[in-house]
Amino acid sequence: MKALVCVKRVIDYNVKPRVKADGTGVDLANVKMSMNPFDEIAVEEAIRLKEKGVVTEIVAVSVGPAKAQETLRTALAMGADRAILVVSEDEVEPLAVAKIVKAIADEEQPGLIITGKQAIDDDANQVGQMVAALLGRPQGTFANEIAVEGDSVVVKREIDGGLETVKLALPAIVTTDLRLNEPRYASLPNIMKAKSKPLASKTPADYGVDIAPRLKTLKVTEPPVRSAGIKVPDVDALVAKLKEMGVA
Amino acid sequence: MSKTLVWVEHDNASVKDATLAVVTAAAQIGEVTALVAGSSCDGAAAAAAQIAGVSKVLKADDAAYANALAENVAPLVAGLMADYDAFVAPATTTGKNIAPRVAALLDVMQVSDILSVEGPKTFTRPIYAGNAIATVESSDAKIVVTVRGTAFAKAEATGGSAAVEAVAAAGDAGTSTFIGSEIAKSERPELTSAKIIVSGGRALKDAETFQSVITPLADKLGAGIGASRAAVDAGYVPNDYQVGQTGKIVAPEIYIAVGISGAIQHLAGMKDSKTIIAINKDEDAPIFQVADIGLVGDLFTLVPELTGKL
Repeated sequence: MKALVCVKRVIDYNVKPRVKADGTGVDLANVKMSMNPFDEIAVEEAIRLKEKGVVTEIVAVSVGPAKAQETLRTALAMGADRAILVVSEDEVEPLAVAKIVKAIADEEQPGLIITGKQAIDDDANQVGQMVAALLGRPQGTFANEIAVEGDSVVVKREIDGGLETVKLALPAIVTTDLRLNEPRYASLPNIMKAKSKPLASKTPADYGVDIAPRLKTLKVTEPPVRSAGIKVPDVDALVAKLKEMGVA
Repeated sequence: MSKTLVWVEHDNASVKDATLAVVTAAAQIGEVTALVAGSSCDGAAAAAAQIAGVSKVLKADDAAYANALAENVAPLVAGLMADYDAFVAPATTTGKNIAPRVAALLDVMQVSDILSVEGPKTFTRPIYAGNAIATVESSDAKIVVTVRGTAFAKAEATGGSAAVEAVAAAGDAGTSTFIGSEIAKSERPELTSAKIIVSGGRALKDAETFQSVITPLADKLGAGIGASRAAVDAGYVPNDYQVGQTGKIVAPEIYIAVGISGAIQHLAGMKDSKTIIAINKDEDAPIFQVADIGLVGDLFTLVPELTGKL
Protein backbone atom coordinates (compact mmCIF):
# COMPACT_ATOMS: atom_id res chain seq x y z
CA MET A 1 0.00 0.00 0.00
CA LYS A 2 1.19 3.45 -0.90
CA ALA A 3 1.01 6.28 1.62
CA LEU A 4 0.63 9.95 0.70
CA VAL A 5 1.84 12.42 3.30
CA CYS A 6 1.02 16.13 3.12
CA VAL A 7 3.52 18.58 4.57
CA LYS A 8 3.49 22.36 4.85
CA ARG A 9 6.26 24.90 5.25
CA VAL A 10 5.31 27.23 8.09
CA ILE A 11 6.85 29.70 10.49
CA ASP A 12 8.91 27.82 13.12
CA TYR A 13 6.71 27.09 16.12
CA ASN A 14 9.12 28.80 18.52
CA VAL A 15 9.02 32.14 16.71
CA LYS A 16 6.66 34.81 17.97
CA PRO A 17 4.98 36.18 14.84
CA ARG A 18 4.82 39.93 14.26
CA VAL A 19 1.91 41.61 12.56
CA LYS A 20 2.92 43.98 9.73
CA ALA A 21 2.35 47.63 10.52
CA ASP A 22 0.12 48.11 7.45
CA GLY A 23 -2.24 45.38 8.64
CA THR A 24 -1.86 43.22 5.53
CA GLY A 25 -0.54 40.13 7.27
CA VAL A 26 2.21 38.63 9.38
CA ASP A 27 5.82 39.54 8.64
CA LEU A 28 7.55 36.41 7.33
CA ALA A 29 10.66 38.11 5.92
CA ASN A 30 13.82 36.69 7.52
CA VAL A 31 11.82 34.48 9.86
CA LYS A 32 12.87 30.89 10.51
CA MET A 33 10.60 28.47 8.68
CA SER A 34 10.17 24.74 9.38
CA MET A 35 7.95 21.78 8.66
CA ASN A 36 4.57 22.12 10.39
CA PRO A 37 4.97 20.06 13.63
CA PHE A 38 1.84 17.98 12.98
CA ASP A 39 3.18 17.08 9.53
CA GLU A 40 6.42 15.77 11.05
CA ILE A 41 4.21 13.43 13.05
CA ALA A 42 2.43 12.42 9.84
CA VAL A 43 5.73 11.64 8.08
CA GLU A 44 6.94 9.68 11.11
CA GLU A 45 3.75 7.60 11.20
CA ALA A 46 4.05 6.74 7.50
CA ILE A 47 7.65 5.65 8.05
CA ARG A 48 6.67 3.47 11.01
CA LEU A 49 3.98 1.82 8.88
CA LYS A 50 6.61 1.17 6.21
CA GLU A 51 8.94 -0.31 8.82
CA LYS A 52 6.10 -2.64 9.85
CA GLY A 53 5.72 -3.74 6.23
CA VAL A 54 2.23 -2.23 5.91
CA VAL A 55 3.26 0.61 3.60
CA THR A 56 5.45 -0.01 0.57
CA GLU A 57 6.11 3.51 -0.67
CA ILE A 58 5.80 6.98 0.89
CA VAL A 59 5.09 9.99 -1.31
CA ALA A 60 5.45 13.38 0.38
CA VAL A 61 3.42 16.24 -1.08
CA SER A 62 3.61 19.96 -0.43
CA VAL A 63 1.72 22.90 -1.89
CA GLY A 64 3.63 26.11 -1.41
CA PRO A 65 6.46 28.37 -2.56
CA ALA A 66 9.56 27.02 -4.31
CA LYS A 67 11.29 27.09 -0.92
CA ALA A 68 8.92 24.39 0.31
CA GLN A 69 11.39 22.12 -1.48
CA GLU A 70 13.45 22.26 1.75
CA THR A 71 10.47 20.95 3.69
CA LEU A 72 10.07 18.07 1.26
CA ARG A 73 13.82 17.29 1.48
CA THR A 74 13.35 17.05 5.24
CA ALA A 75 10.54 14.54 4.72
CA LEU A 76 12.77 12.60 2.31
CA ALA A 77 15.62 12.66 4.82
CA MET A 78 13.29 11.27 7.50
CA GLY A 79 12.39 8.36 5.21
CA ALA A 80 9.90 9.34 2.51
CA ASP A 81 10.69 7.77 -0.89
CA ARG A 82 9.83 10.60 -3.25
CA ALA A 83 8.20 14.00 -3.26
CA ILE A 84 5.85 16.18 -5.26
CA LEU A 85 5.98 19.96 -4.91
CA VAL A 86 3.06 21.96 -6.26
CA VAL A 87 4.49 25.45 -6.55
CA SER A 88 2.48 28.55 -5.77
CA GLU A 89 4.09 31.68 -4.40
CA ASP A 90 0.65 32.91 -3.35
CA GLU A 91 -1.04 31.52 -0.29
CA VAL A 92 -3.30 28.59 -1.16
CA GLU A 93 -6.44 28.06 0.90
CA PRO A 94 -7.28 24.67 2.44
CA LEU A 95 -10.06 23.99 -0.09
CA ALA A 96 -7.67 24.47 -3.04
CA VAL A 97 -4.95 22.42 -1.31
CA ALA A 98 -7.52 19.67 -0.76
CA LYS A 99 -8.45 19.72 -4.46
CA ILE A 100 -4.78 19.43 -5.46
CA VAL A 101 -4.26 16.55 -3.02
CA LYS A 102 -7.38 14.87 -4.38
CA ALA A 103 -6.02 15.12 -7.93
CA ILE A 104 -2.67 13.67 -6.81
CA ALA A 105 -4.50 10.88 -4.96
CA ASP A 106 -6.45 10.07 -8.13
CA GLU A 107 -3.12 9.60 -9.92
CA GLU A 108 -1.20 7.85 -7.19
CA GLN A 109 -4.03 5.78 -5.66
CA PRO A 110 -2.62 5.73 -2.10
CA GLY A 111 -4.23 3.40 0.46
CA LEU A 112 -3.64 5.95 3.18
CA ILE A 113 -3.34 9.74 3.15
CA ILE A 114 -1.81 11.20 6.29
CA THR A 115 -1.89 14.92 7.10
CA GLY A 116 -1.36 16.96 10.24
CA LYS A 117 -4.52 17.98 12.10
CA GLN A 118 -3.80 21.66 11.53
CA ALA A 119 -1.09 24.00 10.32
CA ILE A 120 0.21 26.31 13.03
CA ASP A 121 0.06 29.37 10.75
CA ASP A 122 -3.56 29.55 9.56
CA ASP A 123 -4.82 27.23 12.35
CA ALA A 124 -7.58 26.14 9.95
CA ASN A 125 -7.82 22.40 10.69
CA GLN A 126 -9.60 21.67 7.40
CA VAL A 127 -7.43 20.06 4.70
CA GLY A 128 -7.68 16.41 5.82
CA GLN A 129 -11.44 16.54 6.23
CA MET A 130 -11.84 18.29 2.86
CA VAL A 131 -9.65 15.74 1.05
CA ALA A 132 -11.76 12.97 2.58
CA ALA A 133 -14.96 14.67 1.44
CA LEU A 134 -13.69 15.24 -2.11
CA LEU A 135 -12.54 11.62 -2.43
CA GLY A 136 -15.70 10.33 -0.74
CA ARG A 137 -13.48 8.37 1.66
CA PRO A 138 -13.62 8.03 5.48
CA GLN A 139 -11.60 10.25 7.80
CA GLY A 140 -9.83 9.56 11.07
CA THR A 141 -9.10 13.01 12.45
CA PHE A 142 -6.96 13.89 15.49
CA ALA A 143 -5.37 10.42 15.54
CA ASN A 144 -3.70 9.29 18.74
CA GLU A 145 -3.06 5.72 17.55
CA ILE A 146 -3.52 4.00 14.20
CA ALA A 147 -3.40 0.34 13.23
CA VAL A 148 -3.96 -1.06 9.74
CA GLU A 149 -5.92 -4.32 9.91
CA GLY A 150 -6.47 -5.96 6.53
CA ASP A 151 -8.58 -3.66 4.36
CA SER A 152 -9.36 -1.21 7.16
CA VAL A 153 -7.61 1.10 9.58
CA VAL A 154 -8.51 1.42 13.25
CA VAL A 155 -7.97 4.95 14.52
CA LYS A 156 -8.05 6.06 18.14
CA ARG A 157 -9.02 9.75 18.10
CA GLU A 158 -8.51 12.51 20.64
CA ILE A 159 -11.92 14.05 21.35
CA ASP A 160 -13.03 16.67 23.87
CA GLY A 161 -14.05 14.26 26.61
CA GLY A 162 -11.33 11.64 26.09
CA LEU A 163 -10.66 9.14 23.31
CA GLU A 164 -12.81 7.50 20.65
CA THR A 165 -12.06 4.56 18.38
CA VAL A 166 -13.35 4.23 14.82
CA LYS A 167 -12.75 1.68 12.09
CA LEU A 168 -12.41 3.03 8.56
CA ALA A 169 -12.49 1.20 5.24
CA LEU A 170 -9.32 1.77 3.19
CA PRO A 171 -8.47 3.93 1.37
CA ALA A 172 -8.81 6.45 4.18
CA ILE A 173 -7.53 9.83 5.36
CA VAL A 174 -5.94 10.22 8.78
CA THR A 175 -4.95 13.50 10.45
CA THR A 176 -2.38 13.40 13.22
CA ASP A 177 -2.63 14.71 16.75
CA LEU A 178 0.37 15.57 18.93
CA ARG A 179 0.58 12.30 20.78
CA LEU A 180 0.49 9.91 17.83
CA ASN A 181 4.27 9.55 17.92
CA GLU A 182 7.60 11.26 18.54
CA PRO A 183 9.08 12.23 15.15
CA ARG A 184 12.66 11.17 14.47
CA TYR A 185 15.51 13.47 13.51
CA ALA A 186 17.02 13.08 10.08
CA SER A 187 20.63 11.86 10.33
CA LEU A 188 23.35 13.59 8.33
CA PRO A 189 23.88 10.62 5.95
CA ASN A 190 20.12 10.52 5.34
CA ILE A 191 20.04 14.26 4.67
CA MET A 192 22.76 13.70 2.04
CA LYS A 193 20.88 10.74 0.54
CA ALA A 194 17.66 12.76 0.43
CA LYS A 195 19.28 15.17 -2.03
CA SER A 196 19.23 12.49 -4.71
CA LYS A 197 15.71 11.22 -4.09
CA PRO A 198 13.16 12.20 -6.78
CA LEU A 199 11.28 15.47 -6.33
CA ALA A 200 8.75 16.39 -9.02
CA SER A 201 7.83 20.03 -9.45
CA LYS A 202 4.28 20.80 -10.56
CA THR A 203 1.84 23.69 -10.63
CA PRO A 204 -1.82 23.89 -9.57
CA ALA A 205 -2.69 24.23 -13.29
CA ASP A 206 -1.15 20.77 -13.93
CA TYR A 207 -3.98 19.41 -11.81
CA GLY A 208 -6.60 21.77 -13.22
CA VAL A 209 -7.20 23.39 -9.85
CA ASP A 210 -8.24 27.02 -9.55
CA ILE A 211 -6.48 28.46 -6.52
CA ALA A 212 -8.21 31.83 -6.50
CA PRO A 213 -8.93 32.58 -2.84
CA ARG A 214 -12.54 32.37 -1.65
CA LEU A 215 -11.79 34.36 1.48
CA LYS A 216 -10.57 37.92 1.26
CA THR A 217 -8.40 39.05 4.15
CA LEU A 218 -9.53 42.58 4.90
CA LYS A 219 -6.99 43.17 7.64
CA VAL A 220 -4.71 41.50 10.15
CA THR A 221 -4.29 43.10 13.55
CA GLU A 222 -2.46 42.49 16.81
CA PRO A 223 -4.62 40.85 19.45
CA PRO A 224 -5.66 43.14 22.30
CA VAL A 225 -2.76 43.70 24.68
CA ARG A 226 -3.30 42.77 28.30
CA SER A 227 -2.61 45.57 30.73
CA ALA A 228 0.46 45.13 32.88
CA GLY A 229 -0.07 43.03 35.95
CA ILE A 230 1.35 43.20 39.43
CA LYS A 231 3.47 40.86 41.46
CA VAL A 232 2.41 40.06 45.01
CA PRO A 233 5.04 39.34 47.65
CA ASP A 234 3.42 36.41 49.42
CA VAL A 235 0.46 34.07 49.69
CA ASP A 236 -1.42 36.34 52.09
CA ALA A 237 -1.41 39.15 49.53
CA LEU A 238 -2.67 36.72 46.87
CA VAL A 239 -5.45 35.51 49.18
CA ALA A 240 -6.43 39.14 49.79
CA LYS A 241 -6.61 39.72 46.02
CA LEU A 242 -8.73 36.61 45.53
CA LYS A 243 -11.09 37.81 48.27
CA GLU A 244 -11.36 41.19 46.54
CA MET A 245 -12.49 39.31 43.43
CA GLY A 246 -15.16 37.56 45.45
CA VAL A 247 -13.45 34.18 45.47
CA ALA A 248 -13.18 32.20 48.71
CA MET B 1 -32.67 37.72 5.97
CA SER B 2 -30.14 34.92 5.98
CA LYS B 3 -31.09 31.50 7.24
CA THR B 4 -28.58 29.64 9.37
CA LEU B 5 -28.39 25.96 10.22
CA VAL B 6 -26.78 25.29 13.60
CA TRP B 7 -25.11 22.01 14.50
CA VAL B 8 -26.41 20.98 17.92
CA GLU B 9 -23.90 19.11 20.03
CA HIS B 10 -25.76 16.69 22.29
CA ASP B 11 -25.76 13.29 23.95
CA ASN B 12 -29.18 12.35 22.48
CA ALA B 13 -30.91 13.25 25.79
CA SER B 14 -29.71 16.80 26.40
CA VAL B 15 -27.92 19.61 24.61
CA LYS B 16 -24.28 20.35 25.40
CA ASP B 17 -23.26 23.81 26.53
CA ALA B 18 -21.10 24.43 23.44
CA THR B 19 -24.27 24.79 21.38
CA LEU B 20 -25.51 27.86 23.29
CA ALA B 21 -22.66 30.14 22.22
CA VAL B 22 -23.07 28.90 18.65
CA VAL B 23 -26.72 29.95 18.66
CA THR B 24 -25.67 33.46 19.71
CA ALA B 25 -23.15 33.64 16.85
CA ALA B 26 -25.61 32.19 14.32
CA ALA B 27 -28.32 34.67 15.34
CA GLN B 28 -25.92 37.47 14.33
CA ILE B 29 -25.78 35.97 10.82
CA GLY B 30 -29.48 35.21 10.42
CA GLU B 31 -32.55 33.26 11.51
CA VAL B 32 -31.56 30.15 13.47
CA THR B 33 -32.65 26.61 12.70
CA ALA B 34 -31.09 23.98 14.95
CA LEU B 35 -30.16 20.56 13.55
CA VAL B 36 -30.26 17.65 15.98
CA ALA B 37 -28.81 14.58 14.30
CA GLY B 38 -28.65 11.50 16.47
CA SER B 39 -30.19 8.22 17.43
CA SER B 40 -33.26 8.28 19.73
CA CYS B 41 -32.61 11.99 20.13
CA ASP B 42 -36.11 13.23 21.10
CA GLY B 43 -34.74 14.55 24.40
CA ALA B 44 -32.03 16.59 22.70
CA ALA B 45 -34.48 17.91 20.10
CA ALA B 46 -36.88 19.01 22.86
CA ALA B 47 -34.02 20.72 24.70
CA ALA B 48 -32.86 22.46 21.51
CA ALA B 49 -36.40 23.74 20.92
CA GLN B 50 -36.24 25.59 24.24
CA ILE B 51 -33.07 27.53 23.48
CA ALA B 52 -33.91 31.21 23.18
CA GLY B 53 -33.39 32.42 19.62
CA VAL B 54 -33.98 29.09 17.89
CA SER B 55 -36.90 29.39 15.48
CA LYS B 56 -37.07 25.79 14.28
CA VAL B 57 -35.52 22.42 15.12
CA LEU B 58 -34.77 19.79 12.50
CA LYS B 59 -34.51 16.30 13.93
CA ALA B 60 -32.68 13.61 11.96
CA ASP B 61 -33.15 10.46 14.02
CA ASP B 62 -31.33 7.46 12.64
CA ALA B 63 -28.90 4.82 13.88
CA ALA B 64 -26.38 6.14 11.33
CA TYR B 65 -26.09 9.39 13.32
CA ALA B 66 -25.60 7.76 16.74
CA ASN B 67 -21.96 8.80 17.09
CA ALA B 68 -21.84 11.80 14.76
CA LEU B 69 -19.55 10.05 12.27
CA ALA B 70 -18.55 12.70 9.73
CA GLU B 71 -18.99 10.30 6.79
CA ASN B 72 -22.69 9.92 7.64
CA VAL B 73 -23.50 13.35 9.01
CA ALA B 74 -21.80 15.57 6.41
CA PRO B 75 -23.98 14.43 3.45
CA LEU B 76 -27.10 15.02 5.58
CA VAL B 77 -26.00 18.57 6.40
CA ALA B 78 -24.86 19.30 2.85
CA GLY B 79 -28.27 18.15 1.56
CA LEU B 80 -30.15 20.37 4.02
CA MET B 81 -27.99 23.35 3.06
CA ALA B 82 -30.00 23.77 -0.15
CA ASP B 83 -32.41 25.75 2.03
CA TYR B 84 -29.90 27.64 4.19
CA ASP B 85 -27.28 30.35 3.69
CA ALA B 86 -24.93 29.40 6.50
CA PHE B 87 -23.87 26.33 8.47
CA VAL B 88 -22.63 27.18 11.94
CA ALA B 89 -20.92 24.63 14.19
CA PRO B 90 -18.97 24.86 17.45
CA ALA B 91 -15.17 24.67 17.22
CA THR B 92 -15.22 21.51 19.35
CA THR B 93 -13.62 18.27 18.18
CA THR B 94 -17.02 17.26 16.76
CA GLY B 95 -17.56 20.54 14.93
CA LYS B 96 -14.00 20.60 13.58
CA ASN B 97 -14.41 17.04 12.35
CA ILE B 98 -17.68 17.62 10.50
CA ALA B 99 -17.77 21.22 9.25
CA PRO B 100 -14.81 21.11 6.79
CA ARG B 101 -16.28 17.95 5.28
CA VAL B 102 -19.57 19.79 4.79
CA ALA B 103 -17.76 22.80 3.32
CA ALA B 104 -15.91 20.69 0.76
CA LEU B 105 -19.14 18.94 -0.27
CA LEU B 106 -20.64 22.41 -0.86
CA ASP B 107 -17.44 23.58 -2.61
CA VAL B 108 -16.96 26.49 -0.20
CA MET B 109 -14.14 27.57 2.12
CA GLN B 110 -14.75 27.26 5.83
CA VAL B 111 -13.96 30.07 8.24
CA SER B 112 -12.55 28.35 11.33
CA ASP B 113 -12.95 29.34 14.97
CA ILE B 114 -14.58 32.75 14.51
CA LEU B 115 -14.28 35.34 17.28
CA SER B 116 -16.89 37.77 15.98
CA VAL B 117 -19.44 38.35 13.25
CA GLU B 118 -18.66 41.65 11.49
CA GLY B 119 -21.21 41.29 8.71
CA PRO B 120 -23.24 38.58 6.98
CA LYS B 121 -20.08 37.25 5.34
CA THR B 122 -17.34 38.93 7.37
CA PHE B 123 -15.75 37.41 10.45
CA THR B 124 -12.70 37.75 12.65
CA ARG B 125 -10.58 34.75 13.54
CA PRO B 126 -7.26 34.10 15.27
CA ILE B 127 -4.23 32.93 13.28
CA TYR B 128 -0.65 32.07 14.29
CA ALA B 129 -1.68 30.69 17.70
CA GLY B 130 -3.71 33.78 18.44
CA ASN B 131 -0.78 36.14 17.82
CA ALA B 132 -2.75 37.85 15.06
CA ILE B 133 -6.43 38.43 14.39
CA ALA B 134 -7.57 38.28 10.76
CA THR B 135 -10.75 39.86 9.44
CA VAL B 136 -11.93 37.82 6.47
CA GLU B 137 -14.79 38.19 4.03
CA SER B 138 -16.15 35.18 2.23
CA SER B 139 -17.06 35.35 -1.45
CA ASP B 140 -18.77 31.94 -1.39
CA ALA B 141 -22.50 31.52 -1.96
CA LYS B 142 -22.86 29.55 1.28
CA ILE B 143 -21.10 30.23 4.54
CA VAL B 144 -19.58 27.51 6.72
CA VAL B 145 -18.11 28.65 10.03
CA THR B 146 -17.00 27.10 13.29
CA VAL B 147 -17.42 29.23 16.40
CA ARG B 148 -15.05 29.75 19.31
CA GLY B 149 -17.37 29.17 22.25
CA THR B 150 -15.55 31.47 24.66
CA ALA B 151 -15.90 34.44 22.30
CA PHE B 152 -19.71 34.58 22.36
CA ALA B 153 -22.20 34.87 25.23
CA LYS B 154 -24.32 31.80 25.76
CA ALA B 155 -27.93 31.92 24.58
CA GLU B 156 -30.51 31.18 27.29
CA ALA B 157 -31.14 27.43 27.44
CA THR B 158 -34.83 27.95 28.13
CA GLY B 159 -37.53 30.39 27.09
CA GLY B 160 -37.77 29.40 23.45
CA SER B 161 -40.57 27.33 21.94
CA ALA B 162 -39.48 26.23 18.50
CA ALA B 163 -41.35 23.57 16.54
CA VAL B 164 -39.58 20.27 15.98
CA GLU B 165 -39.71 18.92 12.45
CA ALA B 166 -38.40 15.47 11.52
CA VAL B 167 -36.19 15.25 8.44
CA ALA B 168 -35.35 12.17 6.42
CA ALA B 169 -32.02 10.46 7.06
CA ALA B 170 -29.44 10.44 4.29
CA GLY B 171 -28.40 6.85 5.01
CA ASP B 172 -25.18 5.21 6.17
CA ALA B 173 -22.12 5.86 4.00
CA GLY B 174 -20.86 2.46 5.09
CA THR B 175 -17.19 3.47 5.17
CA SER B 176 -16.74 4.01 8.90
CA THR B 177 -17.79 2.27 12.10
CA PHE B 178 -17.79 3.52 15.67
CA ILE B 179 -15.96 1.02 17.89
CA GLY B 180 -16.03 2.65 21.31
CA SER B 181 -14.92 5.53 23.47
CA GLU B 182 -13.06 6.14 26.70
CA ILE B 183 -14.58 9.22 28.26
CA ALA B 184 -12.83 10.57 31.35
CA LYS B 185 -15.35 10.73 34.19
CA SER B 186 -15.15 13.88 36.23
CA GLU B 187 -17.24 15.59 38.89
CA ARG B 188 -15.47 18.84 38.12
CA PRO B 189 -16.82 21.69 36.03
CA GLU B 190 -16.09 21.09 32.37
CA LEU B 191 -12.91 22.90 31.35
CA THR B 192 -14.40 25.04 28.58
CA SER B 193 -17.26 26.30 30.77
CA ALA B 194 -15.53 26.49 34.19
CA LYS B 195 -15.50 29.89 35.89
CA ILE B 196 -12.19 29.14 37.58
CA ILE B 197 -9.42 26.92 36.26
CA VAL B 198 -6.33 25.72 38.07
CA SER B 199 -3.75 24.54 35.58
CA GLY B 200 -0.47 22.75 36.13
CA GLY B 201 2.70 22.39 34.12
CA ARG B 202 5.81 20.29 33.89
CA ALA B 203 7.10 21.60 37.23
CA LEU B 204 4.57 19.38 39.01
CA LYS B 205 7.05 16.47 38.61
CA ASP B 206 4.69 13.48 38.27
CA ALA B 207 1.07 12.37 38.28
CA GLU B 208 0.93 11.91 42.08
CA THR B 209 2.43 15.32 42.78
CA PHE B 210 0.07 16.92 40.26
CA GLN B 211 -2.88 15.37 42.10
CA SER B 212 -1.62 16.25 45.56
CA VAL B 213 -0.78 19.88 44.74
CA ILE B 214 -3.36 20.95 42.14
CA THR B 215 -6.47 18.98 43.13
CA PRO B 216 -6.91 20.36 46.70
CA LEU B 217 -6.64 23.95 45.41
CA ALA B 218 -9.13 23.23 42.61
CA ASP B 219 -11.48 21.57 45.11
CA LYS B 220 -11.30 24.58 47.41
CA LEU B 221 -12.18 26.93 44.52
CA GLY B 222 -14.69 24.63 42.81
CA ALA B 223 -12.43 24.93 39.80
CA GLY B 224 -11.80 22.90 36.66
CA ILE B 225 -8.32 21.43 36.20
CA GLY B 226 -6.22 22.11 33.15
CA ALA B 227 -2.65 21.37 32.11
CA SER B 228 0.09 22.43 29.76
CA ARG B 229 1.16 20.17 26.92
CA ALA B 230 4.34 19.32 28.83
CA ALA B 231 2.29 18.00 31.75
CA VAL B 232 0.11 15.94 29.42
CA ASP B 233 3.03 14.56 27.43
CA ALA B 234 4.76 13.60 30.68
CA GLY B 235 1.64 11.61 31.59
CA TYR B 236 0.61 13.63 34.67
CA VAL B 237 -2.96 13.97 33.36
CA PRO B 238 -5.01 12.75 30.34
CA ASN B 239 -4.75 14.68 27.08
CA ASP B 240 -8.23 16.20 27.25
CA TYR B 241 -6.89 18.41 30.08
CA GLN B 242 -4.59 20.23 27.65
CA VAL B 243 -5.09 23.97 27.34
CA GLY B 244 -3.53 25.62 24.31
CA GLN B 245 -3.43 26.16 20.55
CA THR B 246 -4.00 22.48 19.87
CA GLY B 247 -5.89 21.61 23.03
CA LYS B 248 -8.82 23.41 24.60
CA ILE B 249 -9.35 27.16 24.35
CA VAL B 250 -10.61 28.52 27.65
CA ALA B 251 -11.55 31.96 28.96
CA PRO B 252 -12.58 31.59 32.59
CA GLU B 253 -13.01 34.41 35.12
CA ILE B 254 -9.84 33.28 36.85
CA TYR B 255 -7.03 31.15 35.42
CA ILE B 256 -4.37 30.04 37.88
CA ALA B 257 -1.21 28.82 36.11
CA VAL B 258 0.97 26.77 38.42
CA GLY B 259 4.46 25.84 37.27
CA ILE B 260 3.67 26.80 33.67
CA SER B 261 6.34 28.81 31.82
CA GLY B 262 3.91 30.31 29.32
CA ALA B 263 4.94 29.11 25.84
CA ILE B 264 3.14 30.76 22.88
CA GLN B 265 1.17 27.58 22.29
CA HIS B 266 -0.16 27.53 25.85
CA LEU B 267 -0.97 31.25 25.95
CA ALA B 268 -3.06 30.76 22.78
CA GLY B 269 -5.47 28.69 24.85
CA MET B 270 -5.94 30.92 27.88
CA LYS B 271 -4.90 34.51 27.30
CA ASP B 272 -8.50 35.70 27.04
CA SER B 273 -9.13 34.71 30.65
CA LYS B 274 -10.42 37.64 32.69
CA THR B 275 -7.82 37.40 35.42
CA ILE B 276 -4.63 35.37 35.08
CA ILE B 277 -2.71 34.40 38.19
CA ALA B 278 0.72 32.83 37.81
CA ILE B 279 2.74 30.98 40.41
CA ASN B 280 6.24 30.19 39.20
CA LYS B 281 9.72 30.16 40.68
CA ASP B 282 11.29 31.73 37.56
CA GLU B 283 10.55 35.43 37.71
CA ASP B 284 11.50 35.79 34.03
CA ALA B 285 9.00 33.17 32.86
CA PRO B 286 6.92 34.50 29.91
CA ILE B 287 3.71 33.71 31.83
CA PHE B 288 4.37 36.80 33.99
CA GLN B 289 4.03 39.00 30.88
CA VAL B 290 0.34 38.11 30.63
CA ALA B 291 -0.43 37.49 34.30
CA ASP B 292 -2.50 40.07 36.18
CA ILE B 293 -1.21 38.78 39.48
CA GLY B 294 2.12 37.03 39.80
CA LEU B 295 3.65 35.22 42.74
CA VAL B 296 7.28 34.19 42.46
CA GLY B 297 8.37 31.21 44.50
CA ASP B 298 8.34 27.48 44.99
CA LEU B 299 4.95 26.08 44.09
CA PHE B 300 5.42 23.11 46.43
CA THR B 301 5.27 25.41 49.45
CA LEU B 302 3.13 28.25 48.02
CA VAL B 303 0.23 26.23 46.62
CA PRO B 304 -0.45 24.17 49.78
CA GLU B 305 -0.17 27.39 51.81
CA LEU B 306 -2.64 29.09 49.47
CA THR B 307 -5.03 26.13 49.68
CA GLY B 308 -4.81 26.24 53.47
CA LYS B 309 -5.58 29.95 53.66
CA LEU B 310 -8.63 29.96 51.41
